[in-house]
Amino acid sequence: MSSWWHRFSAGLREFYIAPYRRTFARAKRDEEDLFMMLVLSEALGVPNPASGVTLELLPEMLDRMHEWHTRQGLDHSPIEGFKCC
Amino acid sequence: MEGPNALLLAVIGVGIMLAGYFLYSKYLSKRVFKLNDAYKTPAHQFNDGTDYVPTNRFVLWGHHFTSVAGAAPIVGPAIAVIWGWLPAFLWVVFGTVFFAGMHDLGSLWASARNKGQSLGTLSGRYIGPRGRNLFLVVIFFLLMMVIAAFATVTSGLLVDSPTAVIPTWGALIVALFVGQAIYRWNWNLPIVTVVGVIALFILIPLGDRFPLSFPDELLGLPPATWWIIILFAYGAIASLLPVWVLMQPRDYINGLQLFIALALLYVSVAIATPTVVAPAINNNVPADTPSLMPLLFVTIACGAISGFHGTVSSGTTSKQIDREGDARFVGYFGAVGEGLLALGTILVTTAAFRTVTEWEEMYDSFSSGGVEVFVEAGGTMVNQGLGLPAGLSSTILATMAVLFAATTMDTAVRLQRYIVQEIGQTFNVKIDMYTATAIAVGICIALTFSAGADGSGGVLIWPLFGTTNQLLAALTLSIVAVMLMRRRRPFLPVLIPAVFVIFVSIYALIVQLGQFYNDGNWLLLVLDIIVLIAAVWVLIEAALAMVRTRHQEPDPEDEEALTEEELLPAGTPRK
Repeated sequence: MSSWWHRFSAGLREFYIAPYRRTFARAKRDEEDLFMMLVLSEALGVPNPASGVTLELLPEMLDRMHEWHTRQGLDHSPIEGFKCC
Repeated sequence: MEGPNALLLAVIGVGIMLAGYFLYSKYLSKRVFKLNDAYKTPAHQFNDGTDYVPTNRFVLWGHHFTSVAGAAPIVGPAIAVIWGWLPAFLWVVFGTVFFAGMHDLGSLWASARNKGQSLGTLSGRYIGPRGRNLFLVVIFFLLMMVIAAFATVTSGLLVDSPTAVIPTWGALIVALFVGQAIYRWNWNLPIVTVVGVIALFILIPLGDRFPLSFPDELLGLPPATWWIIILFAYGAIASLLPVWVLMQPRDYINGLQLFIALALLYVSVAIATPTVVAPAINNNVPADTPSLMPLLFVTIACGAISGFHGTVSSGTTSKQIDREGDARFVGYFGAVGEGLLALGTILVTTAAFRTVTEWEEMYDSFSSGGVEVFVEAGGTMVNQGLGLPAGLSSTILATMAVLFAATTMDTAVRLQRYIVQEIGQTFNVKIDMYTATAIAVGICIALTFSAGADGSGGVLIWPLFGTTNQLLAALTLSIVAVMLMRRRRPFLPVLIPAVFVIFVSIYALIVQLGQFYNDGNWLLLVLDIIVLIAAVWVLIEAALAMVRTRHQEPDPEDEEALTEEELLPAGTPRK
């Protein structure tokens, strides 16, 4: 009975989510791009009043850096001293 | 002579459609499309967790069915019974079996065999590069007509059924609540669903108790105009809001409502067992009724065959299919679901009257038929079957019809925005989403008001919508036929319906051309000419592509062609 309920619940959830997966993925990506821009703004030469906070996040962003700059159409990392490839 | 019992017609109709599913679709999947469960579907080949995801076939069927079923399978048959119940019944039942089911299954197969690509891309590949441009033009016009027609239909319903106003707009609040409950408050989905559906059905008696309507004239404009303006404003806002806020929960709740309403209709017919009073073939049609041939075949598009289904099949469904064999259930049975809605509409609009005179009073002119008759007659039917008060029953059906039309409309506005942006891209112009929405809505408003401030321009184009839709279906079938010819497989089950659909579309366009010219309706005349050119173009391009296949090497069959990577690893569990 409980497995039947779980399956039903999962199916219902899938029915709710599936048609909009793509839209959400796209929105999430846009949001992450914006966040990446904010974190890297100082490095890109844009003055950032919050750089004290965002600088700390830089190492966290390293993993996503490569994916981001290739998506932006840049073959290599645009930031001096921040190489990923 | 007394007409047949509606229950008997329902049993025969449903029986034939089910036989179509169990027998004909089996033939199609085994001999024609040769569906192969060992083939690695695009969902597995490119599984990316967003577009390409192997999905349980029941969930996928639910999606496919609710995406393709809007107000069209109600509007078309409710108008077409003016020629009598028999032609509409035959076209819906046999159209579903031999046209719609085959078309939806075929387009799903064609796309799944081509990396889940859309029919636009496939038309470029199989019919020629011009095919793709043609596709964009046809889709643009189709969406424009859908938006304009549904704005008019919905405003007409809101004027005629003031009791549906509260449930219609209240449904938006329910959808907003569902969206918040799921994403903000993390509530349990089954519970939210039950609460949402109950809230939706509580709004109906509330609306029935407190009807709302505009005064006969406000700022010099009639109520219909106001509703159309509000609906367009709503469509634009809904298409711009983040989807999780409104569109997603709304589509979901509407999908569930579709299942409930369908059950309600058939249970009512089964309990009330009314006699069909409308004549089998109506020899006493109102003076303004066009001839049955070819207009019947374009008036009932969705419910018999609809090109729009191919767009859904190849747009999203094909990327989520778990096993190729599922295409039979999802594609063909999805069409059967819509056929059932169309059949239900025919039964309601021909059997819920006491006498043939009463029926003829409702159908006193060609344009008087339609969804208003469905609401009124359906109300009587539910009243006879389930014993609900007639007014309340009508409100239930009016709300259902309004919600279907409105969801189709807001989805179409969103799609039209993408098309406008895509057309912009081909001319190297970047159009932002607000401008694209303004262009999409602006053109549709112009079309809706082209025949006067009451918005009747939207309904006038209905047959033109049917023709464009059929044209799209013909284009899809030509692609599928070319694919089959290249593989040297039986192609007549696809080619014969394709030829028929092209023939009736062109015939209807020519008939309407004369009519628009006589009425001096220049806007529709121009639209008609554009669609006619597109139709003839389809015909020539498709014929050329088919002739070309005769001189080409046949495409290899699976046994020779499928590589190790294109085969699903043994033991992959089903979703």
